[in-house]
Amino acid sequence: MAANEHETKLFTFRVKRYGTGGREKEHYNQDYKLEVMKGQSVLDCLNELRWKHDGTLTFRRSCKSGICGSCAMTINGVNRLACETQVMALGGSVVTVEPLKGYPVIKDLVVDIDPLVEKLLAVKPYLITKTPPPSDQERLQSQADRAKLDGLYECILCGACTSSCPSYWADEKYLGPHAFLKAYRFIADSRDEGAREHFEALDDKHGLWRCHTIFNCVEACPKSLNPTKAIAALKRELAKERIG
Amino acid sequence: MATLDPETIHDVTGVPVHNIHRHDVVVVGAGLAAMRAAVEASKDYDVAVVSKVFPTRSHSGAAQGGIAASLANEEEDHWEWHMFDTVKGSDYLGDQDAIEILVKEAPIVVREYEHMGAPFSRTPDGRIAQRMFGGHTKDFGKGGPILRACYAADRTGHALLHTLYENCVKNGVRFYPEFYVLGLVIRDNICRGVVAWDVINGGVHVFHGKAVMFGTGGHARIYKIASISLSSTGDGPAMVLRAGLPLEDMEFVQFHPTGLYIHGILVSEAARGEGGYLINDAGERFMKKYAPEKMELAPRDVTSRAIQKEIDEGRGIGGKNYVYCDLRHLGEEKIMTLLPQIHELAWKFLHIDCVKDPIPIQPTGHYSMGGIPTDNDCRVLADGKSKPVVGFFAAGECACVSVHGANRLGTNSLLEASLFGRRAGKSIVRFLREEPDLADLPVDAANEAIAEVEGILSAAGAEKVSAIRAEMQAEMSANCAVFRNGCNLEKLSEEVKSLRERYKRIRIDDKSMTFNMDLTEAIELGRMLDVTEVIVAGALNRTESRGAHSRTDHPKRDDVNWLKHTLAWKKDGSVKFDYRPVVITRFEPKERKY
Repeated sequence: MAANEHETKLFTFRVKRYGTGGREKEHYNQDYKLEVMKGQSVLDCLNELRWKHDGTLTFRRSCKSGICGSCAMTINGVNRLACETQVMALGGSVVTVEPLKGYPVIKDLVVDIDPLVEKLLAVKPYLITKTPPPSDQERLQSQADRAKLDGLYECILCGACTSSCPSYWADEKYLGPHAFLKAYRFIADSRDEGAREHFEALDDKHGLWRCHTIFNCVEACPKSLNPTKAIAALKRELAKERIG
Repeated sequence: MATLDPETIHDVTGVPVHNIHRHDVVVVGAGLAAMRAAVEASKDYDVAVVSKVFPTRSHSGAAQGGIAASLANEEEDHWEWHMFDTVKGSDYLGDQDAIEILVKEAPIVVREYEHMGAPFSRTPDGRIAQRMFGGHTKDFGKGGPILRACYAADRTGHALLHTLYENCVKNGVRFYPEFYVLGLVIRDNICRGVVAWDVINGGVHVFHGKAVMFGTGGHARIYKIASISLSSTGDGPAMVLRAGLPLEDMEFVQFHPTGLYIHGILVSEAARGEGGYLINDAGERFMKKYAPEKMELAPRDVTSRAIQKEIDEGRGIGGKNYVYCDLRHLGEEKIMTLLPQIHELAWKFLHIDCVKDPIPIQPTGHYSMGGIPTDNDCRVLADGKSKPVVGFFAAGECACVSVHGANRLGTNSLLEASLFGRRAGKSIVRFLREEPDLADLPVDAANEAIAEVEGILSAAGAEKVSAIRAEMQAEMSANCAVFRNGCNLEKLSEEVKSLRERYKRIRIDDKSMTFNMDLTEAIELGRMLDVTEVIVAGALNRTESRGAHSRTDHPKRDDVNWLKHTLAWKKDGSVKFDYRPVVITRFEPKERKY
C-alpha cells in the first residue's frame, strides 16, 4: 500500500440522465463535481453523489464486487462494471457515465434488460441430457473436458457485450453474443446431449450468421471472456451438422 | 372473511394497487435457498419467484470457495467427521439433529447439482474436486485439515446460482424480478401471501399463494465494512418481526477474516485452504499464537479475533487496520488455476498482483448465523419452538434451523442454503398435497404496505436516509463487531433508539414511481434498524463469549446459563426474550481448541 493512499483529486462526473429532473421524455447531461479518493470506484462515487447530493440519481448496483453484473454501464465510452472501475485509473478529470446502449432506458442509468433475458432463454440455457445420471454418483467429466467450459461458464449476464455489438444495433431481433456464449457453454459441455435443441434458435437470420466478427463484445466483456471465439466454434459445429 | 379486490382499496391512498397474482407457491428471494426450493416445488406445482434483484444478481453468486460434502473423492471422509466439525465449529450451539441432516444429505445435494449441470472442477479421475477449508478436519478433529469443499475454481457460488436459475427456467418457474416484498399477509396463523412493490414501474402488487417461502438472505450490510451486497438488508427477518413473530440467535454475526482492505470484499478462505499465510507487521505468521495446530485453517471466529487483536495491539501493517494474506509462495500457476477470481479482485480493487505482493486484508461483516426460526422441514415457528405458521417456510441465511449455532464453518453456507432450500421445496409439496386450497386474502392485506410507501413518499422531515445509515453502520462496526462489551453495547442501544427516532423524520428527494431507489433505500434502512435493534439487544443480553459473539467483559463460554438459543420479539417498542434448549445428540460440549 502506497503512502499516498489518501491522495484525492477533483473529478467532474458527466451523467447522461433520463426520466428525471422534470425533463421526463428527454436525455440530458448533468455534471457533478466530486473529490475522489484513491481506490474509489465509479460505483463508490455514484453512491456518494446519490447519498450526499442528489437522491434522484438512479442506477442498479448490488454486490459491489464485480460478480453480480448489476452495474454495467458505459464509462468514458467503454462498457464496464462501475463497481470495479477505479476512477483514478481512468485518467483525465471528466468521467462520462451513460446507460448501456441498445436497451430501452427506464431511468438515468437503468436500462430494460428484458430483451437480454428473452434472447438468453431462446437458446435453452440449461444442460439437456437424455441418459439418466448415475443414481448415487456424479457424472464423470475429465479435467480436459471440464477445461473446455473455462471462459464460458463465468458469464455474469451484465449485458455489456450485446450492448456493444453493431449487429445488435442494426437488428434488435439479433440474439447477441451473450446468448451465443451461453449456448456454447452447454454445447461444449461433454455431459450435454441437446446440441440440436440449443442450435435451433441460432440457425436463423437473426442468429449466428449475423455476427460479422467485429470483436466489440470481446473488448466490452468485464470478465475478459471471448464471445467471438465461442461464435466461431458454434459456426464450425453448425456447418459440420449441416454438411452432415 | 371479506376478500381483497383491487377496486376496493384503490382510493385508500395515492399509491396504486395494480394486480393480484395467484400462484401455488410464492418464493421470496432468488439465491440458492430460494431457487433450490423453486426447482424442487416446480416439479409438481406452479411456483413464482419474487425478488428485489434479477435472480442471477443474488448474493449467493459471490460465494467463492466451495460447498462442503463428505464425498471422499480425494481422501477418506465420513459424515460423522463433518458432523463433529460442524458441531465444534458452532461452539456447541448448533442443533445436532439438524446438523446430522445437513451432513448426511450433503453428498446427495452436491451430486444433484452436478446432475443439473453445475461446472464443478474435477479430480484427475473425473470426479468432483475437493479442497481444504477452515475447521474441516479428519477423524473428529484429531487429524489434519481435510479435502471436503467441492468447488468450481473460486467461483462456486456463481456456478451454483446460475445452475439453479437455468433449472428454474427449464421447469417453467415464473419470475417477478425487481419486485421488492414489503410485507407478509398472515391472519389466524395462516400465511396467505405477500405484498410487493414493483420497483421498475411503481405500485403495489399482492402475491396470493397457498405457500410462501422466504429465502431472502443475510443482513451484514448493517456494518460499515462488509463483504455482503448492498441489497442484503435483512428484509426477511425484519418482515417476520413486524408480523409479531420471533427471531433466533440474532447476536451471532460472522466476520470473515479476510476482507479486502477498505472495500471489505471477500477474499475466499480458499486462499488459505490452498496454503496462503496470514502475516503481521513483523512478518510473523501470527496464527501460531492463536491456533497452533490448525494455524490459518482455524475457524473464522478464531481467525477474525486473531487478526483484530493483532490490529488492535498495533501489529497491523505499518500500524494500520490491516494485515497481509500472502499467496506468493503458491506460485503463479496455482494462483491462476485455483484462485483466479482472488487474483482479479486484488488487481481490480487494490491494484495488487497477488503473485508478486501480499494482499492487505481486514475482518469484514459477512454472514448471519441467526434468523427466522424453523423446524427441520423449514416450517417457520410462530413461537420459535414447536408451533408452525401454516403455509410459511424459510431457509438459507435468513433462517435459523440452527446448523451453524454461534459460528458457521466455511462452505457450510452454500450447503445449508441448498440443502434446506431443497427440503423446503419438498416440505411445501407435502403441505400442498394435504392443504390444496387457497386461504382467503383479507380485504386489508395491502394496507400496511401502502401506508409504509405513502409515509416515506410524503415524509417532510429534514433527516437524510444515507446519514442515518452511515451512522448506524459506523456504530455497529465500532461496538458490535468482532469484540463487544457491555458498556459499549449499552451506549449503542441508546444510539440505535435515537437513530430510529431520526428515521421517523426523514425526507427523500425522489418522489417518482419509476425505479425509485430513494424509496427502496429508505425502506431498507427501516428494516436494517429493526434487525440492528434485535442484534444489539441480544448481544447485550448474552453475558458470555461463544463463537462469533465475543464479550470482553464475559470472556468465557458459560454452558450452565447460556447453552440455549435466544428467541427475540419486538413488543411495545422494546425487545423481549425467551429461550429454547440446544438439541444435543452425539457430541457433548467440550472446550474448543484448534
